[in-house]
Amino acid sequence: MSTPVLRVAHLYPRLMNIYGDRGNIMCLRHRCEARGIGFELTELGLNDRLDAKAHDLIFAGGAQDREQRVVADDLIATKAGAVREAVEADVLLLAVCGAYQLFGRFYREASGTELQGVGIFDLYTEHPGDDVRRCVGNIVIDWQPDEALRAQTLVGFENHGGRTRLGGGVRPLGRVRTGCGNNAEDATEGAVYRNAIGTYIHGSLLPKNPALADHIIRTALSRRYPGIALPPIDDRAEQRAHTAALRLRA
Amino acid sequence: MNARTIAAVWAGKAAAASSRAFGRGGGTAIAGLAALRVDPGFVERLAGQAGRGAVAITGTNGKTTTSLMLNRIATAAMLRPLHNRSGSNLIRGVAAMLVEEATLAGGIPDGECRLAILEIDEATLPEIVRVVAPHVIVFTNLFRDQLDRYGEVDTVAKAWERALAAASPSTILVLNADDPAVAHLGGSAPGRVVYYGVDDASAGGPSEQHASDFRTCLQCGDELAYDVTFYGHIGHWRCTHCANKRPTPQMSMTRVALNGEATSMTIALADGDLTIELPLSGLYNAYNALAAAAGAIALGIPASSIVTALEGFAAAFGRQERFQVDGRDVQVLLGKNPTGLNQVLRTIAARHGPKTLLFFLNDGIADGRDISWIWDADYECVQSETKTVIAAGTRAEDLALRLKYAGFGDDVPVERETGAAVARALAATPAGGTLYVVPTYTAMLEVRELLARGGGKHRFWEEE
Repeated sequence: MSTPVLRVAHLYPRLMNIYGDRGNIMCLRHRCEARGIGFELTELGLNDRLDAKAHDLIFAGGAQDREQRVVADDLIATKAGAVREAVEADVLLLAVCGAYQLFGRFYREASGTELQGVGIFDLYTEHPGDDVRRCVGNIVIDWQPDEALRAQTLVGFENHGGRTRLGGGVRPLGRVRTGCGNNAEDATEGAVYRNAIGTYIHGSLLPKNPALADHIIRTALSRRYPGIALPPIDDRAEQRAHTAALRLRA
Repeated sequence: MNARTIAAVWAGKAAAASSRAFGRGGGTAIAGLAALRVDPGFVERLAGQAGRGAVAITGTNGKTTTSLMLNRIATAAMLRPLHNRSGSNLIRGVAAMLVEEATLAGGIPDGECRLAILEIDEATLPEIVRVVAPHVIVFTNLFRDQLDRYGEVDTVAKAWERALAAASPSTILVLNADDPAVAHLGGSAPGRVVYYGVDDASAGGPSEQHASDFRTCLQCGDELAYDVTFYGHIGHWRCTHCANKRPTPQMSMTRVALNGEATSMTIALADGDLTIELPLSGLYNAYNALAAAAGAIALGIPASSIVTALEGFAAAFGRQERFQVDGRDVQVLLGKNPTGLNQVLRTIAARHGPKTLLFFLNDGIADGRDISWIWDADYECVQSETKTVIAAGTRAEDLALRLKYAGFGDDVPVERETGAAVARALAATPAGGTLYVVPTYTAMLEVRELLARGGGKHRFWEEE
């Protein structure tokens, strides 16, 4: 077998990088290169077309409201079809915060106006209005990628006004231990559909959640390299940061 | 002066005295809170006694240094500043300064020849515009900072616009032409606008798109392009779609040369050039000096005072401040958000020789509880000449992980306790060598306190 290569498409790296999302890309690169796995990054901005067959992993991060509106229009015009096709073909999608909301069915502003989403995830988000507290703070969730594996924790920070409600077509990424998660009510956090993962957790998400990072890399690669195994690498600094985050107040 | 205001002065002075007696440091906020409780109109009445008017300085980065520069310039011009030093830039901090300056009869001594120089928190500006109605407002820049506290940068920008819409038409705005978010305020200016900017394209650098906080045009929403990038989103910008572009600055820095620990610059004025040797490094300090000079010109202060004051300038607390501890040179450089930290890292990288670095990352309310911004800062650029690095603060483990990614190795030492971290870093610094300490805001206060005890520097509330 030739040297495996992880081909990553990063959507709107300029417009959607408010909460250190760059750290997620740095993490994926590091964890591939440390194992001799190639890493190919394609950055796609406004008007760029996405080739549904050219990538193993599609990543999109958070944005400010103004940028999110610009991105939403462009996403629907130039990329939504290809993202949908890729997800149906089991390409891995990781959507954090603003992108997580955009990839849902719709976003209802406090005024009642509905913004159309891409509809990858069967969920919607509504903003309860500026008089309701935003979900801001440290977050810890229990995450069980596979029923055969024991549950682990994911740690990070969340900062969102919108409340997200999951439909029957998705399952939550995990259950909230500390923090708000999707809506501060039903203890769910994030959403999973096929190999698409949406979440509110940044911080950045992947560097101090190495188990999730490896799960994502393995899943993304196993479509073209079935049965691929990831040998362990030195994760002491990662584990220290993860453990330290478990004791933080929300 | 009315009885309530006099009572407020007394209440404030009493609170400050008891706070000092109990060693709670300066009482900078407590005195102000006490006075405001007695007289909510306290700031309006006391600041109104400044016969030479008021100038407010606001923005994300550089407001403490710019305010201190303006203070020195005003002092050189024989104006006696009323200045809220030491970074207490909320209303209560302004009130505390006025308590300290006021006589027990509620008057400001020599009020008619005093100029109020007010460093103002971004979110407090609307209140200051309403209460003090400053004659001049200097805006430094607008960057992402403490998203969990201020909200998005757009929220701050919109609050500024609303505040300016209600300002008096005699207010002069001094705006950074190179920051698209600040330059945009020209559109809501109630009266005259003075733009300042750097025209020396040789000071430009590579684009820092990951630490750029305004990427789209504030008029049409399309993407911005840069002919020159100085740092973050500061540069010669233009919209790729509409006619919006960087305004031509009236106060232009036509030459800037960064020479190690000093900066040589030329500012073009209508009646000739000013050549200044500023004893601070970093392009961000050149911008601070330019903003202070532009503010001074708007206030009608003569150019000769600008040169005198800036050439003799010593750093504001925690901003390139130096201490001597056991024969070691300790430099404290505040790094509290990605753009500011990147400027500090570049400044350290430009100093030659082996380095000892002590980074602090705290997640207190005043630091911002969200620390994800460290992934947008370029720690990589100081890696090559670093001999020892220590990660400290309440989020030291996150910092150590970020430093691992920046090439500092798997075993960056972690030290959560401030005293232990400083002691360890000092021990790792060779005699005669330099220790660079890069803290977030609350860590900076702790580090200064420690170093002031060990070194010869006075406490910040006793500054001057």
